[in-house]
Amino acid sequence: MLLNMGPSHPAMHGTTRIMLELDGEKVVNCELEMGYLHRGFEKICENKSYFNMLIYTDRLNYVSPLINNTGYVMTMEKLLGIDVPERAQYIRVIMCEFSRVCDHLTALAAMCMECGAFTVFLYMMKAREYIWDLMEQTSGARMTTSYIRIGGVRSDFPSNWKATAQKAIEETRKVLKDCHGLISKNKIFLNRTRDVAVVSPETAINYGWTGPCLRSTGVYYDVRKTFPYLVYDQLDFEVPLGERGDNFDRYMVRMLEMEQSLRMVEQCMAKIPKSSSPSQLMAKGMEPAEAIKSSRTKKPEEKIKLSPNLEGTEKDKYPGILSGKGSIIPPKEDTYTTIEGLIRHFKFFMRGHGIRPPKGEVYFSVEGGSGELGFYIVSDGTDKPYRLHLRAPCFHIVSSLEDIIRGHYVADVIPTFGSMNMIGGELDR
Amino acid sequence: MAMEKEKILEDLNQNFADNIMSVTAPFGDEIILFEKEALLNIVKFLLKEPYAFTMLLDLTCVDYKGKKERFEMVYHLFSLSNKLRLRLKARLSEDALEIDSLTPLFKNANWLEREAYDMFGVQFKGHPYLRRLFMYDGFEGHPLRKDYSLRKQQPRIRLRK
Amino acid sequence: MKGGFITTRLNSMLGWGRKFSLFQYPFITACCGMEYMSVACAHYDLDRFGMGWTRFTPRQADMLLVVGTITHKEAPVLKTVYDQMTEPKWVVAFGSCAVSGGIYDNYAVVQGIDRIIPVDVYIPGCPPRPETILNALIKLQEKIQKEGHEWRWKRKKY
Repeated sequence: MLLNMGPSHPAMHGTTRIMLELDGEKVVNCELEMGYLHRGFEKICENKSYFNMLIYTDRLNYVSPLINNTGYVMTMEKLLGIDVPERAQYIRVIMCEFSRVCDHLTALAAMCMECGAFTVFLYMMKAREYIWDLMEQTSGARMTTSYIRIGGVRSDFPSNWKATAQKAIEETRKVLKDCHGLISKNKIFLNRTRDVAVVSPETAINYGWTGPCLRSTGVYYDVRKTFPYLVYDQLDFEVPLGERGDNFDRYMVRMLEMEQSLRMVEQCMAKIPKSSSPSQLMAKGMEPAEAIKSSRTKKPEEKIKLSPNLEGTEKDKYPGILSGKGSIIPPKEDTYTTIEGLIRHFKFFMRGHGIRPPKGEVYFSVEGGSGELGFYIVSDGTDKPYRLHLRAPCFHIVSSLEDIIRGHYVADVIPTFGSMNMIGGELDR
Repeated sequence: MAMEKEKILEDLNQNFADNIMSVTAPFGDEIILFEKEALLNIVKFLLKEPYAFTMLLDLTCVDYKGKKERFEMVYHLFSLSNKLRLRLKARLSEDALEIDSLTPLFKNANWLEREAYDMFGVQFKGHPYLRRLFMYDGFEGHPLRKDYSLRKQQPRIRLRK
Repeated sequence: MKGGFITTRLNSMLGWGRKFSLFQYPFITACCGMEYMSVACAHYDLDRFGMGWTRFTPRQADMLLVVGTITHKEAPVLKTVYDQMTEPKWVVAFGSCAVSGGIYDNYAVVQGIDRIIPVDVYIPGCPPRPETILNALIKLQEKIQKEGHEWRWKRKKY
């Protein structure tokens, strides 16, 4: 019998189509058809400038958008040869780890909901809201932030960020404790996921698996430990490994990784260097219209009363969070009052000008939520990339589903597919 | 035992001296440019111990329109035990657009090669069932080539306006 | 609305009944799905508006929420799902990609789902905030309340 689990999947993973050939309830053959969310990301890259590409990278792995941002931006920094200031590196690590927690929360919530545990879904979504609070206060948007820029981060943390981050960590820990109690020793869940879809380490390596799925088979490979980037070599964290490579191990590795991520955030909160000037709600100083008028005769020395961070007084914050002469926007005080600032701002955004990296090609990878997220950029010296290719981690993991699910029952397809954490934006690009 | 990159490149140069055209290292990544006929031999050589490049990280294609050998296949290999990455490149011209398939050696090459076929039109000899991956049946052309325009839509059903 | 006293009362009673118990079918494809999930869950609750119960099949649903980008490969599937729903039905385009193709103007994306099916409410945003979504759903409820039910089937043409 042929069964079609169609593209409009109620299991909330987006759009893939699994065609199963069944003999009773056992799966004899299986074929997966994808590409229903192919949005032409790589083709768009060849037509937009390097700065514009940033917003498209948010929407790739949309459950952990800041990690995609970091991957793209660090590839560009490798190509341009820019060093990022230390406070910006700590801010990036905090944001990446919170994004990773969001990713694992969403993946496990969806997997448990499909197995029938609806309460776990609601609890994990509640924890995610607290993390999104911090992201919204810092960058203005809950999900697709475009916050991490070439050269650093766009704006500094607000003044009460430590309290918000602490609340997010506490709530997540409470939720994790509740979910451990609800599911990890639950007989029904164990029956559905223990010893189902077992994958051996050699098979996993041959398929190109990376990330939590590979670590659940027992292979120790984490990009943060093997090729450390940002400040990961100064942080103390463990990498949990599984033993059997079945669905339950993939679930457990993700739960333990979330705890490690929260530990890393706490260490960063203690170690982060102080910002050069504390963040205020509105800087005291001249009104902008006055400052523009007075700048016609002499250079303004006083501060200008602009709103903080995102569009305002940033000149004294810049050394802490952004660096790199040719690839960042000048601070707004310069843009509004001096002619050099205006010209630099204008030339940055004009077509044909902007960021012009040297000719060549580069590959860089970061540890994404599902594995090694790599960017391969070929540049020909102009302001647009010649070719950008994304090494999507879940592409390799999902390509193995057809072989893994053979011989199992139809009901096993759902937790297996859920534990692989397929994200449509990344799979189909 | 950990191998150094220089030793690996030396061994490769010794064994495949007439097939390798250049070895460069811009921005810290090692790139090996070779002739396309030697692909399977080089990859099998690197799979063995002690080099142990057992993971195929990525497989893609770049279209250099205007050059004589228009397409360039790029392979990224990774060795877990030595913690080393290597990039292999081979050039293909437009009228001889085929290369050996890596499916007997790496299982994820199946889908990666289907993607390269879909987006660029590269044929892989020995692939079990080469067909489109991202685009639907009935789509004409290969989208990521430089001569396919960005906004050329081929709708599947009749649109209202 | 023309009509006697009884028909207007009947219409408003039917409208009241329909708007407060919408069975929704979320056709989720992309990033907006994350915002849909957080709207449907405990923080910003959809259940208090009567839309809590997600029907996972179009035959039992009367509201189709198209969440996320629709590509040309997916378009026939969307049309089939829409045709499978029974009257009365409403369609909400959720997110910029469903409204007009969003930031993707290329070979693979349908520039707005109103090229395939008729739409009742458009929700802009990339992704829209939960408060925007609740505002839009209340607008849809007002629209349902005011409808003249007898002529609804004749009005739809495409």
